[in-house]
Amino acid sequence: MSEHTHEHDHHDDDIPHVSLKEYATGFVLAVILTVIPFWLVMGNVFESSATTVMVILAFALVQIVVHMVYFLHMNFHSEGGWNMLALIFTLILVFITLAGSLWVMYNLNVNMMPGMME
Amino acid sequence: MSDNTMTAVVNDNDQKAPLEFLVKGDHHPQNGTLLGFWIYLMSDCLIFACLFATYGVLGRSYAGGPTGMELFDLNLIAINTSLLLVSSITYGFAMLQMQANRVKGTMLWLAVTGLLGAGFLGLELYEFHHLIHVGAGPQTSGFWTAFFALVGTHGLHVFFGIVWLVTLLFQLKKHGLIAENRRRVFCLSMFWHFLDVVWVGVFTYVYLMGVLP
Repeated sequence: MSEHTHEHDHHDDDIPHVSLKEYATGFVLAVILTVIPFWLVMGNVFESSATTVMVILAFALVQIVVHMVYFLHMNFHSEGGWNMLALIFTLILVFITLAGSLWVMYNLNVNMMPGMME
Repeated sequence: MSDNTMTAVVNDNDQKAPLEFLVKGDHHPQNGTLLGFWIYLMSDCLIFACLFATYGVLGRSYAGGPTGMELFDLNLIAINTSLLLVSSITYGFAMLQMQANRVKGTMLWLAVTGLLGAGFLGLELYEFHHLIHVGAGPQTSGFWTAFFALVGTHGLHVFFGIVWLVTLLFQLKKHGLIAENRRRVFCLSMFWHFLDVVWVGVFTYVYLMGVLP
């Protein structure tokens, strides 16, 4: 325990320790995960748009996790777990906002304003 | 940290330690800035979720005007994206320099990060200017309103990130790597990387999906 408090005297904060390896790994992964979707779209790799959309959305999700872990230093025990708890709560709200809006507005368009749909 | 608390409690119960009314030791962060800043970022995340939802709902409401497919220039977006990506690793270098207690190196890499951010912002403003010039302004259709609201809000965040970064450069020059400045540099790093995360959503959802037939 005394070691713990001593460390605090030096660094007087809870800034996580970062490493070059962490940033380099994150950067390489992020570049790969960015280049592939751009190539898929700009090179017209897939015939159907639906396939491309699924694949690039999957790449985006993975890339967001990579950024969270390697750049934002997210883990289950930073700030005693409160960071992760806040993140999970936010993700639930984000999901409700996005899925709810798209679902409700799609149904409104289909059922109430048929003329709006091409 | 919770482990420490656990052992402290167990010790208190098992051995007949003298009664304690104050928690000994320091189990909590000394200040809640990092957690508070994280919660701010999460609330910002909700703002972007609303803007993304708006864009998703209005994503095909062109009102007879120009579409994203006709006007988005993916080459420009690719350059913009790489600027932002490189700026996230240069910020990482600044963090590493700060960890090594080198104030000059920290400032240098922060400045590089700021310049890359400014380059990003310049290209984005050029894109906006071009779009408005060819008749795709925010008032053209629901689609362009949602587009400018979403991408513009992200751009505004980058702008304020740069303002913060420049302020921080002056503070570092004046006070060096004191605890407060370390905390500020770390908070700005979270802000900067968070904007990068949002940009991943923007380039995928708006630009890449926008040019697909």
